[in-house]
Amino acid sequence: MAKDHEGPTGGDAAGSTVEKFGANPPSAGTAVVVADGIPNPGFEPYRPRVTDLDPSKERQQERRVAGLFILSIVGTVAAITAYIIFPIVPGNLDSVRFNNLFLGVGITLALLSIGLGAVHWSKALMDGHDMVEQRHGTRGSDETRAKAVEVFTLGNKESGFGRRTLIRNTLIGALVVSPLPAVVLFRDLAPAEDPVPLLQHTLWKKGTRLTRDPSGTPIRASEVTLGSAFHVIPEGLNELEDKLEQKAKAAVLLMRLKPEDLQVSPGREDWNYAGIVAYSKICTHVGCPVALYEQQTHHLLCPCHQSQFDITREAKVIFGPAKRPLPQLPITVDAEGYLIARSDFTEPVGPSFWERNV
Amino acid sequence: MTTTQEPQTSAVAPSRGTRFTGWAANYIDERTSISGLVREVGRKIFPDHWSFMLGEVALYSFIVILLSGTFLTFFFQASMVPVIYEGSWVPLKGIEMSAAMASTLDISFDIRGGLLMRQVHHWAALLFVASIGLHMLRVFFTGAFRKPREINWIIGFVLFILAMLEGFTGYSLPDDLLSGNGLRIIDGMVKGVPIVGTWVSYLIFGGEFPGTDIVGRLYTVHILLAPAILVALLGVHMLLLIINKHTQFAGPGRTNDNVVGVPIMPVFAAKAGGFFFIIFGVIVLIASFFQINPVWVYGPYDPSPVSAGTQPDWYIGFADGALRLVPPGWEVELGVFTLSLNILVPLLILPLFLALVAFYPFFEAWVTGDKREHHIADRPRNAPTRTAIGAAGVTFYAVLWAAASSDLIATHFKLTIEGVINACQVLLIIGPIIAYFVTKRICLALQKKDREIALHGYESGRIVRLPGGEYIEVHEQLDEYERWKLVSYSDYKPLMLRPDAKGRITFRQRLRSAASGWFFEDRIEPVTSTELERSHSDH
Repeated sequence: MAKDHEGPTGGDAAGSTVEKFGANPPSAGTAVVVADGIPNPGFEPYRPRVTDLDPSKERQQERRVAGLFILSIVGTVAAITAYIIFPIVPGNLDSVRFNNLFLGVGITLALLSIGLGAVHWSKALMDGHDMVEQRHGTRGSDETRAKAVEVFTLGNKESGFGRRTLIRNTLIGALVVSPLPAVVLFRDLAPAEDPVPLLQHTLWKKGTRLTRDPSGTPIRASEVTLGSAFHVIPEGLNELEDKLEQKAKAAVLLMRLKPEDLQVSPGREDWNYAGIVAYSKICTHVGCPVALYEQQTHHLLCPCHQSQFDITREAKVIFGPAKRPLPQLPITVDAEGYLIARSDFTEPVGPSFWERNV
Repeated sequence: MTTTQEPQTSAVAPSRGTRFTGWAANYIDERTSISGLVREVGRKIFPDHWSFMLGEVALYSFIVILLSGTFLTFFFQASMVPVIYEGSWVPLKGIEMSAAMASTLDISFDIRGGLLMRQVHHWAALLFVASIGLHMLRVFFTGAFRKPREINWIIGFVLFILAMLEGFTGYSLPDDLLSGNGLRIIDGMVKGVPIVGTWVSYLIFGGEFPGTDIVGRLYTVHILLAPAILVALLGVHMLLLIINKHTQFAGPGRTNDNVVGVPIMPVFAAKAGGFFFIIFGVIVLIASFFQINPVWVYGPYDPSPVSAGTQPDWYIGFADGALRLVPPGWEVELGVFTLSLNILVPLLILPLFLALVAFYPFFEAWVTGDKREHHIADRPRNAPTRTAIGAAGVTFYAVLWAAASSDLIATHFKLTIEGVINACQVLLIIGPIIAYFVTKRICLALQKKDREIALHGYESGRIVRLPGGEYIEVHEQLDEYERWKLVSYSDYKPLMLRPDAKGRITFRQRLRSAASGWFFEDRIEPVTSTELERSHSDH
């Protein structure tokens, strides 16, 4: 393979002087280097620019560059001026817009002019000749490498690192286990209690009134007309400390369909009230709110990943990556005609997790 | 052409300015020995090509991100303590929200230049990730990842991942409705991981989702942890760039042993320094005119509402698309445990795809067996199989990315959501295959065309009628400089399967031979001088 490197090569001439440092030139693998490759013609003659030939053009470009730098100073002044003369007036959105726009344009002018001036200077006025630098192999020379090996050899000899294996191995063992406390320290990122029971229960319990999201006013069964849909939270949620965490599990969608449109499975006969059904709003895929209700088809669509649920068939998944139907909240009415929950959800809501059925 | 001009010593007495410069240089050098560094790198040569600026765009937009981000930290409060908003944005007045959201609104509406800096920061971040992606594509398609630059490819890859991490954590900080939904998706994905998922989510969020810790934690990652690693790796990336010197495209006078271009002092410094200001200026210009991430429209995070057409920032799209494309029903129950394949499969495919990107250089090096250093960048057509593999990868990514907007595609083009998703599912599999074959054919055709032009010249457009009545078009020969660009590339032949010293053919060898055949069996050889002479004598 080594002979391939000599003479004019047709390829990218890899490996000629670069590799000479090593005792054995590195293998070219399956590279083909032909003997009669077309030789490199050498550098093209320099094509002078107009500024190289005509001093008046050179002065013109010089003025242009300086002009750009002066323009930059103008931009800086304009930006500071804009900051002062376009203050933000509370409540006035136009003032925000003007502040943003004129401040931005001033800064843009200041920055762009410096940039264009410098680049133009380099292209039109600085020396335009290409220059050449030789590459050297990345690998250290044999001499350098021998020195480096010697350093390690001496280090090993003087410390006995390789010879005193007991010390070495115990040190390695100690170093490996020493970061473990740092891992343990992160345990208290979360509270002590087990998350699984928390995920299995929501705020709903027997008798909790269904209330409007976000106002928290209770809903009478008579207000839920055919075809309407309500965003629902449990009564009392708004007063809680951890209302967002509770809402992330307890949010519910309430809809009224014709009772004959509902396919009710055995055991769920009394979970709806005269065609009013309540389903968890938290997608069983990764937990986005399934907020889009299509009134005509009674389909629910999750806007995040397009899972679709059919309310007439107990929120069965009819399209998309979700697997499980949305859990149904059993409901009924209380003595005053307000909708209430018969119980909590009978299964965990939201995205699946490993211990879901435990 | 190749001369380096020596500084001219002038006999005139130095001016006061020169004397001061001399004194200052001496003062610093006597304390730092910096003259050695200046001598070493001051006149280093940088080759020039438009595609080499993509990495520069990434670097400069990162500096813009650091500057604008520092400004934002002075005003932003990374806290989820509930407050009642009393700022200038009327529609949200009196609404309860986190301090993070309220301070973001204050930055936008009550601090002069605050909105501008927020928009500069966000636009610069988008440009940062985009330019890293394009820079990686440039490096890939020109083979600039080959020895000795494999390690720098890996470092660049890690920088790309960190850039996406920075983007996502930053996007989540304002605690608005959209970013909260993004975090909800992360929570759902983490929970889908078998065995540890539930607990990992619990630890990340400091309790049940959303909790009151996540913004503060992401803030630490966003402004301390990730940037520190990013800056350190960026330093190593630049250092290796200087040690390895930049690649250059083939051209007259250019060889694998030299670098042809402009010196750092002064031309490259002026160009690159100027280019930094241009990038900065363009970002500020965009931020002055174009709104980005209007969190005040979305409102504070609430787990219940969501709007149609929710979109992550573009660079997260491929991950979101992967989630959307999972067919229905991919969740199984193993006894009492639930295995969410609909989450697990995307969670495995994405890292696998990224790992293929990261380790491709080592695969190609194994196939060619080439252990030499390569400093001449390939034209993509001259490495047809690599280019085709790259095109397949880009297509795979693009389909996932498009799938993240499946609902918007459906509404804009009046298609069904299901149809768009199903089309993307099919395209995800066959798209890369089609892209592979089409790209490979195009590359080979372009190589043949190059060969044709190198041998027979180009069509001059001059039609001549011969005495016999025949019309021919006169072909003009290329000059030798132009021809060199067409004929100068590395060429590999397929590996012949031969028994080793013990007379055996190992499985490894068979595998390598198959891969080598796949890469190089339909190669187009570069024109040789013999062929050139023969073709000239034909005319």
